[in-house]
Amino acid sequence: MDFVAQLTLFVLAVFLGFELISKVPPTLHTPLMSGSNAISGITLVGALLAAGHGGDSQTISILGFIAVTLASINVVGGFMVTNRMLGMFKRK
Amino acid sequence: MQISQAWIDIAYLAAASLFVLGIKGLTKPRTAVRGNLLAATGMLIAAVITLLHKDIVTYEWIIGGFVLGAVVGSLLAIKVKMTAMPQLVALLNGFGGGASFAVAAAEYFKGLDAAGAAGVLEAMAGQSTGMVAMIAIGAAVLIGSVTLTGSFIAFAKLQELIDGQPKGFPGMKFINLILLIGSVVAIGVLVNDPTQQVVFWSLVAAAAVLGVLLVMPIGGADMPVVIALLNSYSGLAAAAAGFVMGNSALIITGSLVGASGLILTNVMCKAMNRSLTNVLFGVMAEGGDAMDQDEVYGGKVRSSSAEEIAMILEPAKRVVIVPGFGLAMAQAQHAVRDLADSLEARGCEVEYAIHPVAGRMPGHMNVLLAEAEVPYDKLKTMEEINPTFEETDVAIVLGANDVTNPMAREDKGSPIYGMPILNVDKARNVVVIKRSLSPGFAGLPNPLFANDNTLMLFGDAKQSVLDVNTAYKES
Repeated sequence: MDFVAQLTLFVLAVFLGFELISKVPPTLHTPLMSGSNAISGITLVGALLAAGHGGDSQTISILGFIAVTLASINVVGGFMVTNRMLGMFKRK
Repeated sequence: MQISQAWIDIAYLAAASLFVLGIKGLTKPRTAVRGNLLAATGMLIAAVITLLHKDIVTYEWIIGGFVLGAVVGSLLAIKVKMTAMPQLVALLNGFGGGASFAVAAAEYFKGLDAAGAAGVLEAMAGQSTGMVAMIAIGAAVLIGSVTLTGSFIAFAKLQELIDGQPKGFPGMKFINLILLIGSVVAIGVLVNDPTQQVVFWSLVAAAAVLGVLLVMPIGGADMPVVIALLNSYSGLAAAAAGFVMGNSALIITGSLVGASGLILTNVMCKAMNRSLTNVLFGVMAEGGDAMDQDEVYGGKVRSSSAEEIAMILEPAKRVVIVPGFGLAMAQAQHAVRDLADSLEARGCEVEYAIHPVAGRMPGHMNVLLAEAEVPYDKLKTMEEINPTFEETDVAIVLGANDVTNPMAREDKGSPIYGMPILNVDKARNVVVIKRSLSPGFAGLPNPLFANDNTLMLFGDAKQSVLDVNTAYKES
């Protein structure tokens, strides 16, 4: 993907983000933050590619391992704790 | 099994779409759980499809990292107390920044490996032009490291591992500026010659120190702003990592999170009447004439008993409860809910007035009350509740202080003048449950406590509410 295409995607996604997130009510701002922690764990994708590269470089493997670990904490922890909080908001 | 890049990209698009639908679900409490599951499904799709990528040849580091991360993540999610949610989010912000940093650093070394010294720029040109790739790596390393160390300091302050007071030294801003300029220069050098590994590691070190120095001077009361801002940074770091890898899923998701953090930062700044620059540089508003506590309170504060408050509550048709973080510290949420139940059983209307900074992060108080099974439709925002105080028979203030201080509305010389507050003093009767007359974060006396229509009930929040409830039920 060339740089301009990436930049286009980035700018449009920022606009989408502003539109979307300004509609989230204050009641749900904490789950929004933990939920966005979870989805920013999408770095897992890059982490997997680094950790599984299979080359000789230990540096890359170790950096990949660190990245996979940290991103997994965010993904698993983020979605689970968001789910736990949102469960409390269910209408009685 | 191996699949073509096109299918992988389509799967990433599906994942990004599910994230957008997931956040859309978060716009209503009723659809929020489903939204979170949709987003989690998107993540599963993205992760599984990546494992089929042709560049992934070994799995031991992946499995090790994932198992470790999943265990730590689920333990954190299950064990964390709702009062400690700001710490957890601070920690997760830091991990997000750290992951983006590590991904970008790994890409940097892959670039070096692939081509040897001579053809580094060409090798990186595989993803986009070499220059753009190196700038993106530099940005991801810079933002990622700042987020990582900054978040850990925020975590340590919230967890009270270190003192929450603003910490600084003369020339700190100057050093921060030097570190920032140095980092940008380092990125410039690397763009010219990526083989300078010393420069790369200097960039990492400078960014890490910068993260620490940026958060140290920020006081405990401003932590909600900092957490929201670091949330935004962690998104930007992910987006930068997306530019490095030419990965659309990372770019879209990173920008969504970046925007989210910025919006919440803005909400928090407005609620505290502080500009972002003031928060970041640890500047407190300068007080005009410092008000003397004795002058404000002298002889005018009326102390009361649980029985007297029960008598005021008896004929009340409408009661508004104003919770602050002190309520959560005293673990009084359930006691408050029980009192509200007693009031409602006698036909009284009960609502909760939630100031945006009532908790320690955006929306924190709502979660704390939801945990005590307070229905979310009774939780009203400042804008919703303020016009109703005049028709309110009793406002009960529990552990909140500065956000009810009428000086913010009336006294132009006050340091908190202009801060949006809950107009509690407009209610027919005000009950303030508090340990003592000690001031809140702003360090100011609160004239509300000395008003004619205010009764103070001194004591522990939980015990006091239990006593009031008992007295009310007997009346």
